[in-house]
Amino acid sequence: MPSSAAIEAQGLVKTYAVRGDKEGVRALDGLDVTVPRGAVFGLLGPNGAGKSTTIKILTTLARPDEGTAIVDGIDVLRRPDRVRRAIGVVAQRSGADPGATGRENLVLQGRLHGLGANAASRADELLARFGLTGAAGRLVKTYSGGMQRRLDVALGLVHRPEVLFLDEPTTGLDPESRAAMWEEITRLAGEDGMTVLLTTHYLEEADRLAGRIAIVDRGRVVAEGPPDELKGALHGDVVHLELAAETDPAAARSALQDLQGIRNVLVAGDAISARSDDGASAVPAILAALQTAGAPAASVTVARPSLDDVYLRLTGRRYSESEDLVAEGANRS
Amino acid sequence: MTTTLTHTWYLSGRRLHAIARQPFVIVGNIFQPAIWLFLFGELFKRVAEIPGFGGGSYLDYLIPGVIAMNAMNANMWAGMGTLEEIDRGTLNRFLVSPASRVALMNANVVEQAVTTTLQSIIILLLGLLAGAELPGGLAGAAAMVAAAVLVGIVFGSLSNAAGMVLRQREAIIGIYIVFMLPLTFLSSAFMPTGLMPGWLRHIATWNPLDWAVRAGRSALSTNPEWGDVSVRLGGLLALAIVCVAVSVATFRSYQKSV
Repeated sequence: MPSSAAIEAQGLVKTYAVRGDKEGVRALDGLDVTVPRGAVFGLLGPNGAGKSTTIKILTTLARPDEGTAIVDGIDVLRRPDRVRRAIGVVAQRSGADPGATGRENLVLQGRLHGLGANAASRADELLARFGLTGAAGRLVKTYSGGMQRRLDVALGLVHRPEVLFLDEPTTGLDPESRAAMWEEITRLAGEDGMTVLLTTHYLEEADRLAGRIAIVDRGRVVAEGPPDELKGALHGDVVHLELAAETDPAAARSALQDLQGIRNVLVAGDAISARSDDGASAVPAILAALQTAGAPAASVTVARPSLDDVYLRLTGRRYSESEDLVAEGANRS
Repeated sequence: MTTTLTHTWYLSGRRLHAIARQPFVIVGNIFQPAIWLFLFGELFKRVAEIPGFGGGSYLDYLIPGVIAMNAMNANMWAGMGTLEEIDRGTLNRFLVSPASRVALMNANVVEQAVTTTLQSIIILLLGLLAGAELPGGLAGAAAMVAAAVLVGIVFGSLSNAAGMVLRQREAIIGIYIVFMLPLTFLSSAFMPTGLMPGWLRHIATWNPLDWAVRAGRSALSTNPEWGDVSVRLGGLLALAIVCVAVSVATFRSYQKSV
């Protein structure tokens, strides 16, 4: 048997040339990730964090400038041909041929994977499993978004891969199709014992699907572990405050930092978050302190830590802000 | 080797299936060469009377030129299809599967060969309808079609390579604009090179389009010079193989930029 991990990547560095920028864009900056066998593992991060680049390297599409990667016990850089037989890939962009039928797409994919005469029966099996039997003979360009995405996943499963890569599997899907896709992904790991590496920029998706996640920020993994563990590492409750208009966040911040039992005071715009062992009982003291400091709060909420809080703690930015930042700058997927 | 062949078969099947679904595309693309054939055939009819032309019917003279030109013209857009496959993610899907790289490009070549063959035959038939004699008969027509297919592969592969490396539709349009008309008129497609100024004639000697025109014209004439035809077809075949090899090599550069 190959090594116990399904995927082992170390020190991945990848720089893309960009016009008008001599240095280029450093998409990966020493990324390490290890995915145990049979797990659903989530790479979570905002757009542009380096998730897709990681997938491209692990699936042999792109070569890293530095670093090593092993997938299913095979060296990705030395034997890409063998890796390609062991993996299934569902990329962000569909990849299905819109001018062919769903069945033709599947049969061709099966043949390229050496299924030969079995390609047709395997195609029918997958069509049935993904509820596409009725649309099997229709051209893919007539499919709805959800149907296309199901076909994409079916294409990645044709040859029963050991490791399945899902790059943003639910982006652009309506809530109903997303729920169906979540169910399917859960089933893949449960019944088929497959290792699934999925990338997502939805916190909720990572939280729900993945047994383990790695949070990717600016080309590096900044935290890794089961979602509950990551959240649990942030002891206590989170108190979120929004300041009234035209108050000074710095004054509010120093007022809170002086309070007993309040930790990790973080300011993002006019929103402040802090940590407390017992959030509810800390609220009166917090409000009073802010009032005294001349920076009254407009609203206050107390919550259990979410992955968003984990992200904030690790990167100093709110998850939603990171998305905005990237949307403004160059967005290389 | 066997993998390359079976994968070429599978992947070509996908392309040919797509053509079979839209046969009118091939016929529609014939519209332009048909206009060239009839318009130029009528417009320049009396060119054949110029001393040094060698007499004969201008329509018969023109047909090999239009067939070769159509083969170049149609296939110079092949890169657009490649770009579409890149944009859609289809190419990436194949690149992360065990699909043979050579077979991926071979499938383009097979598709180009089939469409060019059909279009060339249609132009030949249109020529006959318009009153051309084509004394070379079926053997001549076969050599003409072979020459057209090879020219198509040369320019189709270069267009695919340009699409893979430059990744921009504008680049393919630019290459088309820069090369299409000069290469056409720097050949004997419309006018014997003997009537050209010396330096133009010199350039025409190195123009693969001209090789195809001359090979086809000789093969379709009353007395084909088969030795000469084979040399030109051989030259085109060698060039086509080089161009396909170049286009396969562009996968490497493409994967660097992905």
